[in-house]
Amino acid sequence: MCLAIPGRVVETFLQNGMRMARVQFGGVTRDACLDYVPETTVGEYVLVHVGFAISRVDEKEAHRTYQALAELDQLTELEAPIVDEPSGGAA
Amino acid sequence: MKYLDEYRDGDIAAKLVERIRRVQTKPWVIMEVCGGQTHSIVKNGIDHLLPKGVELVHGPGCPVCVTPLEMIDKAHAIARRPDVVFCSFGDMLRVPGSNGDLFSIKSQGGDVRVVYSPIDCLKIAKANPDRQIVFFAIGFETTAPANAMLAWQARATGMTNVSLLVSHVLVPPAIEAILSSPQNRVQGFLGPGHVCAVVGYREYEPLAGRFHVPIVVTGFEPLDILEGVLMVIEQLEQGRAEVENQYSRVLDRGGNRPAQDLIGKVFEVSDRKWRGVGNIPGSGFQLRDEFREFDAEHRFSVETIDTMEPPVCIAGQILQGIKKPHDCPAFGTECTPQHPLGATMVSAEGACAAYYAYGRHLTDADLVTIGANGK
Repeated sequence: MCLAIPGRVVETFLQNGMRMARVQFGGVTRDACLDYVPETTVGEYVLVHVGFAISRVDEKEAHRTYQALAELDQLTELEAPIVDEPSGGAA
Repeated sequence: MKYLDEYRDGDIAAKLVERIRRVQTKPWVIMEVCGGQTHSIVKNGIDHLLPKGVELVHGPGCPVCVTPLEMIDKAHAIARRPDVVFCSFGDMLRVPGSNGDLFSIKSQGGDVRVVYSPIDCLKIAKANPDRQIVFFAIGFETTAPANAMLAWQARATGMTNVSLLVSHVLVPPAIEAILSSPQNRVQGFLGPGHVCAVVGYREYEPLAGRFHVPIVVTGFEPLDILEGVLMVIEQLEQGRAEVENQYSRVLDRGGNRPAQDLIGKVFEVSDRKWRGVGNIPGSGFQLRDEFREFDAEHRFSVETIDTMEPPVCIAGQILQGIKKPHDCPAFGTECTPQHPLGATMVSAEGACAAYYAYGRHLTDADLVTIGANGK
């Protein structure tokens, strides 16, 4: 579980004082915090570990790492339930 | 998909193996530190591609595996409380404690939730102001920035119903412990790529010098691993002991500075016990005093629980590269992923679980039978 998963930043926004992004991983989109790679812009690829982008990578590296993780069955963390902001009720 | 072929290219793998063969003149023992690397090696049979004189042994880099039983029992004691919502990464749910696992606590009515990210706990806390939200903050350096942010945000926003049960471990002190053991066999290391994406690899340089071992920070894909092995063997054959970076497309020597800054504000280095291995000085993180009120151990004052590992289990020696899964009489018989007896069988990244998942507990006779269906 120390492996980070590459995804593409499709949108950025602020939430609770943190710079966040919608990140697309294959067919799944999840939120990730960009505070540790603050220079990241929409369209770029980042390595995301448990909801935090820790490194930027190029597209080629992103595709390749994603495939390798899929083969190792290491994408299951993306299936964890989505927790909504409280106004929408908790999971 | 278009990028896949060049990296799966059997020709490149064959060339790397051939270069390893040409360079290697003596037997060498190399440890891969990261559980993701172990998984990749066993799945792809990389250890079987290497010349006979090159032995890969599997390291302690599986955070789920090395989380001590005492801490798992503490987690369970807290998760059973009716006022608690206990949040965890999914991997921890089926890790057995002395009495059941988090799944069984959930089925008995405990509010146990799998979260994708530690900061999901902030939302759960806001939605449940009358309940205590406890996050099981395990992991190596890769996970520390995420766990640090939970504590940081909880304090910044004055949340009184969030706390962390911290069981954080660090790679360099584990490498030091392995190299200091009189039984040590390891002569070179593949360093953990995504751990170093966060912390860089400066900390590894004194280790390489002091113990005269090459350390090559390496990715987890098959060609990464073969290239990392080649780089380690080149150093060993030339009598060099340096830290080199095979994974430069992802990380540099300094790592991620903003992440390191927040880790330093929230955590301080502490002694940690590793399941199967025992206490390793300075091998983990604990919350700094300023964050003590967010420490679940402090908030819930859980008593220390005496635990006992099955005496047959040799996980500690496997985690240190002294033994392999096959050396254990319980491997694949008494001890399986469904009924793990020890650390290295509890997570898919543990060496025993990886060996089991890819059929290495089977005998030749089993393989012949299965072979009829394409193995």
